[in-house]
Amino acid sequence: MKRNQKILLSGNEAVAKSAIDAGCRFYAGYPITPQNELIGYMAKNMASSGGIFIQSESELSAISMVFGASASGVRAMTSSSSPGISLMQEEISYIAGAELPAVIVNIMRAGPGLGNIWPAQSDYFQAVKGGGQGDYHCIALAPSSVQEAYDLTLEAFVLADKYRIPAIILGDAMLGQMMEPLVANGKNYKPLAISHKPKEWAATGCFGRKPNVVKSFYLNLGDLEKFNLKLQKKYKNIKQKEQRCEALNINDARIILVAYGTMARLAKEAMLSLREKGIKAGLIRPISLWPFPQKIFQRLAISAKRLVFLVIEMSYGQMLEDVKLAVNGRRRVEFLGRSGGGIPTEEEIIKSSLSLLSS
Amino acid sequence: MKKIFGRTRSLRGVDTHYCQGCGHGVVHRLIAEVIDELNIREITIGVTPVGCAVVAYDYWDFDCVESAHGRGLAVATAIKRLQPDKIVFTYQGDGDLAAIGTAETIHAANRGENLTVVFINNTVYGMTGGQMAPTTLIGQKTATSPLGRNEKTEGYPLRISELLAQLQGVYSVERSSTDSVQGILKTKNAIKAAFKNQMENKGFSLVEVLSACPTYWVLSPVESLDWIKNTMSKVFPPGRIK
Amino acid sequence: MAYIKLDREKCKGCMLCISVCPKGQLKEDKGLNKKGIRPVRFLDKDCSGCAFCAIICPDCCIEVYK
Repeated sequence: MKRNQKILLSGNEAVAKSAIDAGCRFYAGYPITPQNELIGYMAKNMASSGGIFIQSESELSAISMVFGASASGVRAMTSSSSPGISLMQEEISYIAGAELPAVIVNIMRAGPGLGNIWPAQSDYFQAVKGGGQGDYHCIALAPSSVQEAYDLTLEAFVLADKYRIPAIILGDAMLGQMMEPLVANGKNYKPLAISHKPKEWAATGCFGRKPNVVKSFYLNLGDLEKFNLKLQKKYKNIKQKEQRCEALNINDARIILVAYGTMARLAKEAMLSLREKGIKAGLIRPISLWPFPQKIFQRLAISAKRLVFLVIEMSYGQMLEDVKLAVNGRRRVEFLGRSGGGIPTEEEIIKSSLSLLSS
Repeated sequence: MKKIFGRTRSLRGVDTHYCQGCGHGVVHRLIAEVIDELNIREITIGVTPVGCAVVAYDYWDFDCVESAHGRGLAVATAIKRLQPDKIVFTYQGDGDLAAIGTAETIHAANRGENLTVVFINNTVYGMTGGQMAPTTLIGQKTATSPLGRNEKTEGYPLRISELLAQLQGVYSVERSSTDSVQGILKTKNAIKAAFKNQMENKGFSLVEVLSACPTYWVLSPVESLDWIKNTMSKVFPPGRIK
Repeated sequence: MAYIKLDREKCKGCMLCISVCPKGQLKEDKGLNKKGIRPVRFLDKDCSGCAFCAIICPDCCIEVYK
């Protein structure tokens, strides 16, 4: 393919293509709407890329296979949508506990329960607070376009390896299903991503070295606490170094809209419309949901200006809590959200913003 | 004088946490002996379970990977597919393989994964305090079947080996007993055959080992072996199943 | 004549070896080991080196010499 050549892919396919381009050589998954194009792409393309594709008997099995693949020192991924990701939580905790790199893609649908297959952002808590047992975190990245789905998946593999941590791509049904042009080998393509180093901790047979054990079990009192402190140190380091967000028109803003993923695209349109009306609106789009981009909020919260934040989500207020924690009571933080398949519209966002500014 | 029996290379010389007379110690040793006799220690990857044998990796001297409860064969599937030149086995108890992991077990078997499975059947959950297992015998008292297992409410002992033998993808299934010196030697041969099958790319091979849990059978170690021979073996007859 | 070496400290006292020795060469010790249990003692009078004791030992406490 020519450099900078555009191709047309769905978000689901873009994530799959990116994974293969990133050197992912193991994928296991179980069908669930709305991420079926992803497993389909992997079924078609993994073998010809020299990797292994397995349609597993369940999501429990899929994530366990990813555990085994990662323990073998190979870049590995699984994908699913909300209910399937819930099933994987126990093993994601094992992956975190064994300090294995892995990429897990959640193309969110609406819940709770079987819910429906429309877009939603109501798995935020599960992704960023740790959905399984124990004190652990996953890196969580939220793309808002097909291009970014591609770019952030590459990034997720690099970060997962760098920190030996599970990394989640948190998209929604809209991102998964929509098709957009994409440049796969443009400026964000990092050859580094495929030349990852061999993992000396992997279970590959103990030829010429002492045996390796991949595990998350620390029976003796004190050992687990020591290990947990090591994890916490790692998380602190990630929080320092890996906060990512997009900020638009924030310097003179009196109202800053805060949204992530596809929701942020609607919020951006609303922000531009507000600007056209002469209202000083800005936008912050968190790209890393964990670590949450706290620094930018902290900086704005101590500035002298009058400022209000309006958090907009396809949920009933999950990221809202992280914004409030970062702002720490210093500025007003308000919320607009719909869930169950409903999406806050541009008009609703504008209306909310105007009424906030006049109140 | 020559040493004709001693600890083999792949078994570490450490004390195990197992109870007096527990069958795990014997089977750990047999696996280590087989691995050394086949000279595959440096290419073997063991997948350890959740249950009493959770820290088997502390007793074996080769690479091991932990698995969540029941997920051993899913973990092993990925390892073997990615490293087909390595020898990969799972070590699983009856609760792990035949209750919580039934789906992973059946589907790995049905896919014909080229793996070796050592399945310890001792009819109880030992790690958690002797609760009823899928393999608990009718009438057997456990912490969660205090009046004895009743087939009307708890079902019959699950003969998962016979069930797995029905699957086209499965290459070999053998049940063996550690109730005697002869039984232990037969068990070793069965385990060795199951490893050799994998080395020859023949496919999914499972050895079910009838193993003693004196603590939760509330029997002495010697009585436990008699119980395997006279009672347990009637429900789980040793021999080649497939 | 054959003999065995029995690791007294490793022995958990399950007595399975005693039950399989065809020559009656193994007995429960009267003293305690560091685990606080009575281990098995080798009499060393008439060992045939059959290794039955070592094969049945769950704790790999026995070495056999012949």
